[in-house]
Amino acid sequence: MTKPLLTVRGLVKHFPIAGGLFGPKKVVRAVDDIAFDVMDGETLGIVGESGCGKSTTARLLMHLMDPTAGEILFDGAKVGTPDLSLTEYRRQVQMVFQDSYASLNPRLTIESSIAFGPQVHGVPQREAIERARDLLAKVGLEPSRFAGRYPHELSGGQRQRINIARALALRPKIVILDEAVSALDKSVEAQVLNLLLDLKDEFKLTYVFISHDLHVVRYMSDRVMVMYLGKVAEIGPSEAIFDDPFHPYSAALTRSMPTMDPDNRTNEAPLFGDPPNPIDPPPGCRFHTRCSLAEGVCAQREPVLTRAAELHDVACLRSEPGSGHSAAPAVAA
Amino acid sequence: MTSLSSLMPQDPAKTIAPIEKSPGYWAGVIRRFGKDKLAIAAGIVVLILLLIAVFAPLLAPMDPYAGRTIRRLRPVGTDGFPLGTDELGRDMLSRLIYGARYSLMMGVAPVIMAFGIGSLIGIIAGYVGGKTNTAIMRTIDVFYAFPSVLLAVALSGALGAGIQNALVSLTVVFIPPIARVAEAVTTQVRNRDYVEAARASGAKALTIIRVHVLGNVLGPIFVYATGLISVSMILASGLSFLGLGVRPPEPEWGLMLNTLRTAIYNQPLVAALPGMMIFITSISFNVLADGLRNAMDVKV
Amino acid sequence: MAIPPLVDIRDLHVTFTGGPKPIRAINGVDLSLERGETLAILGESGSGKSVTLRAMLRLNPEKRTKVEGSITVGGKDVLALGSKDLQAFRGRDVSMIFQEPALALDPVYTLGHQIAETIVKHDGGSWDDARKRALDLFERVRIPSPERRLDNYPHEMSGGMRQRAMIALALACNPKVLLADEPTTALDATVQIQILLLVRELQREFGIAVMFVTHDIGVAVEVADRVAVMYGGRIVETGPIRDILNAPRHPYTIGLLKSRAHGAMTKGQRLDAIPGSPPDLANLPPGCSFAPRCKLALPACSESTPDPVEVGSGHMARCFRTEATAPVPA
Repeated sequence: MTKPLLTVRGLVKHFPIAGGLFGPKKVVRAVDDIAFDVMDGETLGIVGESGCGKSTTARLLMHLMDPTAGEILFDGAKVGTPDLSLTEYRRQVQMVFQDSYASLNPRLTIESSIAFGPQVHGVPQREAIERARDLLAKVGLEPSRFAGRYPHELSGGQRQRINIARALALRPKIVILDEAVSALDKSVEAQVLNLLLDLKDEFKLTYVFISHDLHVVRYMSDRVMVMYLGKVAEIGPSEAIFDDPFHPYSAALTRSMPTMDPDNRTNEAPLFGDPPNPIDPPPGCRFHTRCSLAEGVCAQREPVLTRAAELHDVACLRSEPGSGHSAAPAVAA
Repeated sequence: MTSLSSLMPQDPAKTIAPIEKSPGYWAGVIRRFGKDKLAIAAGIVVLILLLIAVFAPLLAPMDPYAGRTIRRLRPVGTDGFPLGTDELGRDMLSRLIYGARYSLMMGVAPVIMAFGIGSLIGIIAGYVGGKTNTAIMRTIDVFYAFPSVLLAVALSGALGAGIQNALVSLTVVFIPPIARVAEAVTTQVRNRDYVEAARASGAKALTIIRVHVLGNVLGPIFVYATGLISVSMILASGLSFLGLGVRPPEPEWGLMLNTLRTAIYNQPLVAALPGMMIFITSISFNVLADGLRNAMDVKV
Repeated sequence: MAIPPLVDIRDLHVTFTGGPKPIRAINGVDLSLERGETLAILGESGSGKSVTLRAMLRLNPEKRTKVEGSITVGGKDVLALGSKDLQAFRGRDVSMIFQEPALALDPVYTLGHQIAETIVKHDGGSWDDARKRALDLFERVRIPSPERRLDNYPHEMSGGMRQRAMIALALACNPKVLLADEPTTALDATVQIQILLLVRELQREFGIAVMFVTHDIGVAVEVADRVAVMYGGRIVETGPIRDILNAPRHPYTIGLLKSRAHGAMTKGQRLDAIPGSPPDLANLPPGCSFAPRCKLALPACSESTPDPVEVGSGHMARCFRTEATAPVPA
């Protein structure tokens, strides 16, 4: 694998919420100390259930909100330093949102929406418009038919193509796709996924692909990061995560996918109950309350991300040498 | 190609291929408004009133200030005085025509000024958010807590009678509601993904406000403000009625209503005329505002 | 003579007339449901799957909706029910669960109160008995510590538990038919499978007939015996789940199955996507509404609507080209 393009270290985001009038101030631990790399040219999938912090991570990566702690390095340079201004960083990293309609200004024509970004970065208007029309063709929309239209005149799939074109207008290296195909109909979703793969090849893009649809994540991603309650549970090659996961949560997640086999339906739910509230996460390993392999130590000791196989890290006491869990490997001498 | 180049004034649009243009937002607004017969009728009434106000000197048959006690309180239909005369013998028709100037000014001017100031405050508060928002909006709420009539009377009373002071106090009365609407709409728009996307593209706050926020918030604020015109007119008439707004002998409708009220038993029709004018004008503005709201598809 | 099916929908047409243009949401749906059967209605947004479900409870706004055809449930003509009978029909004969429990649960009452109230209203009897039955229902839908949970308000529960509570409420009056409108779409994967299993269990336990609307084939496979695939307000294919999955005969179903991302794919392989976008219901094309996107379409497909063709036992496809979609014998 190549060098890391994006490096995330110790990223934390806590949202304060109003406690009772005299109650203690509470925080939602949306993202709680995560670290990972995004390699140049790969697609990193992020999966997890609601409240796991995957969307917050996307917004933090995009610098749409300030992290409580931690840093993000792009190509080795820290964002917001003289080496790499925030404006320059935003040219390099772009994002596609889930709601295709809400992410387009209803009062702007399609080409104006796409051309806005380049104009902000000093591209003359005419050139920006030309670039917008080129991109429209690239995302499969006839420029002469669509450039002058408004968002409400288009279908969801067409709008999402435009959002992709808008993200590409700054010629970024990384595109963050936050549930970008989740709202589309299945027959349209396949078209957009194909388009994303084509564009990745053509523009040598790196994707961070966030979705709750495990089939789609598996199809799109080279590596997958599984998040649970603001923590990284496991990160590794896509096949390994889906076929041979180390973390009990990753295993439960993949076994929750519908079987597509009427003769071998799922007969027992891999997990019971819902994910706990990130306001008050369980102590120790956050998954221990739902984990069938949990032991006493899991409620006390917080697992750290440990290398379990090549390029494959897992945060589980079962894989952590000397953790005290009965399945844990012995400490290497 | 003229339409294209007018969009992009700084360069000749020759090299850009022609594209299919959708009828824009405003074309849709005009189309929808065109179907609303009631709103068009109200618009015509407002236009006529506007023309009357502008061309008052040409239209008024007599001097609105010249009265003679000898012809006091003539009824409607008197020869030479089609709408009768007032308690000082002045021609009612001429006074009502000149009165359109005052009433429209008192209705429209405070709302325009409040629209400018209130929008500015509201958009800043809404876009910046956080503590700034709280500070601005709670201050606004203090003013908003007073009933508008009471606030207008109190301010005018404190500033003293006169047109200018009435305009100022009415403007102050309308800033809080407009600022609140502006803040609410801006907060909504600010949280839309397209504003996030614009931030993600690296645009500065002012650029985002100009390109992405204004176009989406001014419409709703404008529609709300048009609905305040009739309120402003009625408040202005009320101030004049109380002797706090326009001062005699100016022919303002509210003031005329006040001075003629003693004649309600002698010449009820004449005494009611200024009130009818206030009623017609304010209801026309209201219907027009409703029509605009529907046509602009705004939910306030 | 065979027993008539529990639910029998014949030539159902639903048109929304509220807007500037009439929207033809359903254009001739025939559907039947046997006692104790689970039917999944599969379709994309705008295919008419939810409207069909709502039509069965007459939940579509009556003033702005034109409904033609017939709906019979257990011998009752649903479209002819008076308002009193309709009220009794809803909940007792047929009840419904939704994607958003917020639509079905009242935020200001405890869940126990809501369920007991429904029971007392429909079946009479005392509050104590009703309350006991509510507790029983909570146990049946596997809500942990049900006694305590009965006194919870909807907002005090997590998404999955709320969904369970809504199912309990729907089962309060022992309905014969349970309608499920994408009840798991808003849920996380690990919670979704729990609810699907619960629906299956309850169906077995109560012998209730279930009509389950979803856009996800995977979900349909987990719950259903039979599938009806909808497109453009018509059922384009219906049959046993195995047949639909293994030998689909309508080009839309085939396309839908092929366009799915699945585990067996190699990296970078492109999906076999269906081109174009779903039809505009205010502006339906003549003939088969899938024809503009169909690889197999003939000129005739855009002229008249194909009738259902029997392609297997209980397996129908509404297509002129079923001979071209027949599986090649191996």
